[in-house]
Amino acid sequence: MAGMKLAQRNYYGKALADLAEKDPNVVVLDADLADSTKTSEFRKAAPERFIQIGIAEQNMIGVASGLAASGKTVFASTFAVFASGRCWEQIRQAVAYPKLNVKIVATHCGISVGEDGASHQALEDIAIMRALPNMTVISPADAYEAYSATMAIAEFNGPVYMRMGRSESLTVTPDDIPFVIGKASVLREGDDVTLVGTGQMVAFCIEAAAALLEEGIDAEVVNMSTIKPLDTDTLRTSLQKTGCLVTAEEHSVIGGLGSAVAEFLAQEMPTPLEMIGTKDTFGESGTPSQLFERYKLTPADIAEAAKRVLERKKELKR
Amino acid sequence: MDYTLEELETKARILRQDVIEATSEAGSGHPGGSLSSADLMAVLYFRVMKHDPADPQWAERDRFILSKGHAAPILYAALAESGYFPKNELLTLRKMDSNLQGHPVKGKVPGVEMSTGSLGQGLSMSCGIALAGKLDNKDYKTFCLLGDGELQSGQNWEAAMLAHQYHLNNLIAIVDRNRLQITGCTENAISLDPLPEKWKAFGWNVIVIDGHSMVQIVEAFRKAKEAEANPTVIIMNTVKGKGVSFMENNRDFHGKTCKIDEKNKAMKELECRTWPE
Repeated sequence: MAGMKLAQRNYYGKALADLAEKDPNVVVLDADLADSTKTSEFRKAAPERFIQIGIAEQNMIGVASGLAASGKTVFASTFAVFASGRCWEQIRQAVAYPKLNVKIVATHCGISVGEDGASHQALEDIAIMRALPNMTVISPADAYEAYSATMAIAEFNGPVYMRMGRSESLTVTPDDIPFVIGKASVLREGDDVTLVGTGQMVAFCIEAAAALLEEGIDAEVVNMSTIKPLDTDTLRTSLQKTGCLVTAEEHSVIGGLGSAVAEFLAQEMPTPLEMIGTKDTFGESGTPSQLFERYKLTPADIAEAAKRVLERKKELKR
Repeated sequence: MDYTLEELETKARILRQDVIEATSEAGSGHPGGSLSSADLMAVLYFRVMKHDPADPQWAERDRFILSKGHAAPILYAALAESGYFPKNELLTLRKMDSNLQGHPVKGKVPGVEMSTGSLGQGLSMSCGIALAGKLDNKDYKTFCLLGDGELQSGQNWEAAMLAHQYHLNNLIAIVDRNRLQITGCTENAISLDPLPEKWKAFGWNVIVIDGHSMVQIVEAFRKAKEAEANPTVIIMNTVKGKGVSFMENNRDFHGKTCKIDEKNKAMKELECRTWPE
């Protein structure tokens, strides 16, 4: 049901517990954050297949690689900063290059981590993960998608990076549909402007669309929950109708969703684009809502960007 | 597959010749650290490891991980000599479209278990393979060949702690202690001594041997396979470039190959020498 406030990581934990029953081949690795990432749910369900690595992310990826090379489906989880950054080159050498069946599932992405501050707020992980050949990058919109995407990546044979938030966020998708890797979904149809969100920014896009409607602007909302491979078909179809777009992500505008979309547009269908994301800066301590305000990631910021991009579209037509 | 010590010595000499042939033909590559581990590789592939070149994916096979991936020439030579692929393929080493990439790539070459080349990662991978063996109640052993220089990388010690924690007695690491890395002596870069004590402190069984003595290598593996609770490391003291007089203990041949006259001289020495000296 849409409109519930739920934490994605709790649903990741539920999915792992279900996988523990369903698939004896699944092994879960933890780097001393099981209670935070909710891999503790798997530990409860299948303690013999839960492996504590300790605070040693580089080793975690190497061990994951060896297990996967031996036929296991491996989930390795920690905070997004560490999961992507501390062991990036290990992921490159030991997982992406040999194309092994390792799922790096990161929680605590973005500034909504809040009070822990910049050291714990991953704003670069999409950029560095999607640059890796063979890597699939997923950023579910809400808790329900966190569940269905976990089930989907368990079925998929190959390396995956999936990022999720720490805090509760509004659900925006139905709770009973399977996740299709590489397929974006249109959550609201509109003719004037396309709002492309990923992660919990999808909920903000929907809120922005509602505000825009009050001003007579009909926005389409696309949930880009797979960032790589990018669903360019859905983008193309939407942009043929609206002719302009805003991307929104809880990530740097350098290298993230906005960049991925811009790479496609610039080469194949130049279209006025505004990007919502952090602007080449680290985060800081604060509550999530204070930080969304400060870094201009609110629904109001998305709506403002939509109006700017609409103006640019009009100028092009003149 | 039980080769005698004399036959193993012959195998090691053949592997050394193959390393010189392949790297000289390639014009680049890492002969020094390949030659220092040639005796070990002969023992592993022709005496110790349970493997089947006709069935590289055999579920019960012992696994070998070359953490010091730049010694790819000696791994390729051992695989070719074992019959995993035709020996003439060795002459394609490092060339465009060759399966024999500069560093080993999983899936390209039968018998290569893992992609390596970025140092410091093989022991972690080997821990994962050994853990899978425990989870699946399989009897296979995992052998991991480490360079000594790469032990300066902290990830090895993360893996060493994990192997002890999980009682990975099915894991056997071998350190090719040739005391040379690209810039010179390991002890002048970042000292590794006292190396046996370090591994002991991490809870491993430690066996120190002369890595060019067939009888000592064979005996070390016999002991290592009997390990009851802990992983075992065999620290083998070796000579970088072993077997070719002008390459021995010469750091220039870490990442440099023989020119044609050097190659002829090296091949001549390898044909004439009897092993051990």
